[in-house]
Amino acid sequence: MEYLPNLLFAVALVLGIGFFTRNVKKLSRNIKLGKDVEVSDNKPQRWRNMAKIALGQTKMVVRPVAGIMHILVYVGFIIINIEVLEIILDGLLGTHRLFSALGGLYDFLIGSFENLALLVIVAVVVFWIRRNIIRIQRFIKPEMKGWPKKDGNMILYIEFVLMTLFLTMNAADSQLQQLGADHYAQAGAFPVSQFIMPLFEGFSESSLILVERTAWWLHILGILAFLNYLYYSKHLHILLAFPNTYYGKTKPQGQFNNLASVTKEVKLMMDPNADPFAAPAEGDTGGEPEKFGASDVMDLNWVQLLNAYTCTECGRCTSECPANQTGKKLSPRKIMMDTRDRLEEVGKNMDANKGEFVPDGKQLLDDYISREELWACTTCNACVQACPVSIDPLSIIVEMRRYLVMEQSAAPTELNNMMSNIENNGAPWPYNQMDRLNWVNE
Amino acid sequence: MSEQLTVKTMQEFMAEGKQPEILFWVGSAGSYDDRAKKISRAFVKLLNKANVDFAVLGPEESSTGDVAKRAGNEFLFQMQAMMNIELLNGYEIKRIVTCDPHSFNTLKNEYPELGGNYEVLHHTQFLKELLDNGRLTIAGNEYKGKRITFHDPCYLGRANSVFEAPREVLSRTNAELVEMKRHKKTALCCGAGGAQMFKEPEKGDMDINVLRTKDALETQPNIIATGCPYCNTMMTDGIKAHEKEESVSVMDVAELLANSI
Repeated sequence: MEYLPNLLFAVALVLGIGFFTRNVKKLSRNIKLGKDVEVSDNKPQRWRNMAKIALGQTKMVVRPVAGIMHILVYVGFIIINIEVLEIILDGLLGTHRLFSALGGLYDFLIGSFENLALLVIVAVVVFWIRRNIIRIQRFIKPEMKGWPKKDGNMILYIEFVLMTLFLTMNAADSQLQQLGADHYAQAGAFPVSQFIMPLFEGFSESSLILVERTAWWLHILGILAFLNYLYYSKHLHILLAFPNTYYGKTKPQGQFNNLASVTKEVKLMMDPNADPFAAPAEGDTGGEPEKFGASDVMDLNWVQLLNAYTCTECGRCTSECPANQTGKKLSPRKIMMDTRDRLEEVGKNMDANKGEFVPDGKQLLDDYISREELWACTTCNACVQACPVSIDPLSIIVEMRRYLVMEQSAAPTELNNMMSNIENNGAPWPYNQMDRLNWVNE
Repeated sequence: MSEQLTVKTMQEFMAEGKQPEILFWVGSAGSYDDRAKKISRAFVKLLNKANVDFAVLGPEESSTGDVAKRAGNEFLFQMQAMMNIELLNGYEIKRIVTCDPHSFNTLKNEYPELGGNYEVLHHTQFLKELLDNGRLTIAGNEYKGKRITFHDPCYLGRANSVFEAPREVLSRTNAELVEMKRHKKTALCCGAGGAQMFKEPEKGDMDINVLRTKDALETQPNIIATGCPYCNTMMTDGIKAHEKEESVSVMDVAELLANSI
């Protein structure tokens, strides 16, 4: 019986981490549904981007209020995790405050954690007010109704509760230390939780132990639960921001990729020696010709799918989008959310069909993203510039336009006119190419 | 316009067995659009003044395919690109200057992979170069005391990080440069990009160019400067929508400089 808590703790830990591993596997399988893309170039630049943008949060502080508050939560989150390591070891070994042997350093650490915990609580409250009281525009756009809104608040509640549990635990602990209770040796400094201590005035030792143990258990179980909530939440960005900024675009923003499949065909068309009736080369399986552009998530590349899972729906892209600012339906954030939702749907379809995707009569185009949204984009890159974690919604929009134009011939009429002008006379307007130099003498 | 411009084509250079210093890529707007043609003329006036030995492709030039690419027609883009590259490589072109940020972007970034490797400059970069090495000098004080605000074209600024060259050239005209609240990396698009120039906008409650012109008008400018023929059209329409065409004009950096030498 003596080892029951240790055992229970080990079981909780294994379950928590086990489920998390299962989710990570699913995540990675879904992302790998995307096409391959060349990202092995510019390694030093990529590491720098990750260090600056993800670790250094440089793009967060473009908006100072949200940026600084976010850094508080982020730093708090990372540093308080040192404490989680102690909690895990204590839980497994049955020790109490294992690291207290560090002496003065330990006091400093616990003191810092407490201060950070308080700052996290302040930031979380500010975030909640911004979302629910001030109702900042970008948080109340149409795509934020329902689950996305609940998800956003849920994360704030969980963080608030976890920090409160941490401080409560410390307050009870420090009270127990003062009472000289067994197992509760003098350790740690409690600059914040000392203000909670008065609440426990007059509590018996056993009630204090009950409070301390309950807070301790709920705190660590809460962390394990939160870890498993990530996969279902926009909050995945705390992990994926790092690979996402690494794999983000390193070329000038204006440079779009040239479709290699098109290059092959165009070269063939322009080669006077090419035989249009040639039999396929030996070994050519004569499989289906490659599809141009994207109508579903499998047509996108895996970095674009990683982008979709990384998006934390902050809406900075949408608030910078000229089309969205002028009341058009296009919202770059919705492009990312739709891509993730569809990808999840495809993933669930595969789960239900022994890992094989069974066509469900749906696709990303039309069922999630409308043509009206796609054609409203000015390709101005404001969304790409605004994203604090290097997501590229524009690349998805262009890939879907490619499908509409090259596979469906479904461009708006005016654009079809423009394109036939280019085909006929080398300009988007119907002017004679021979008149190209008339401007000199006008 | 009465002023006589000297413009030679690549064919003429070839016939003389010579290579020009630069190729001026005029672009479709610069060749056919009435407003943009004036920008081409102003730029050539500057090139003539600075004695730049330049060539144009003339009737051999064809759309870069940029707008087709942004619209999703990768086929048409690559057809155009490969035809242009064949021509440019045949003439052994090394250095290209253009007044159109869209041509600038695609020639500079998207042509190399298809076999077209050139040094590509936006005209404001080249004009800055001419001013820096003294081939052009400011003579007039046409814009002294005038407030000018520069609208960053997306494909020059955000897309290729060219922010200083146009501002540098404008500051040489002795005008007072004023910045809009959103400028450089966060500049708002004029609304023409991504092939929007050639279609009606989707349903909304405002046109993008009207919103962007509002940004510009907030700086109380005499002149809105641009470095893109499409931005020029959009901003010109924008000041009409705000009924400010009497007091505010929209001009290209090249035109402002041409009036100052």
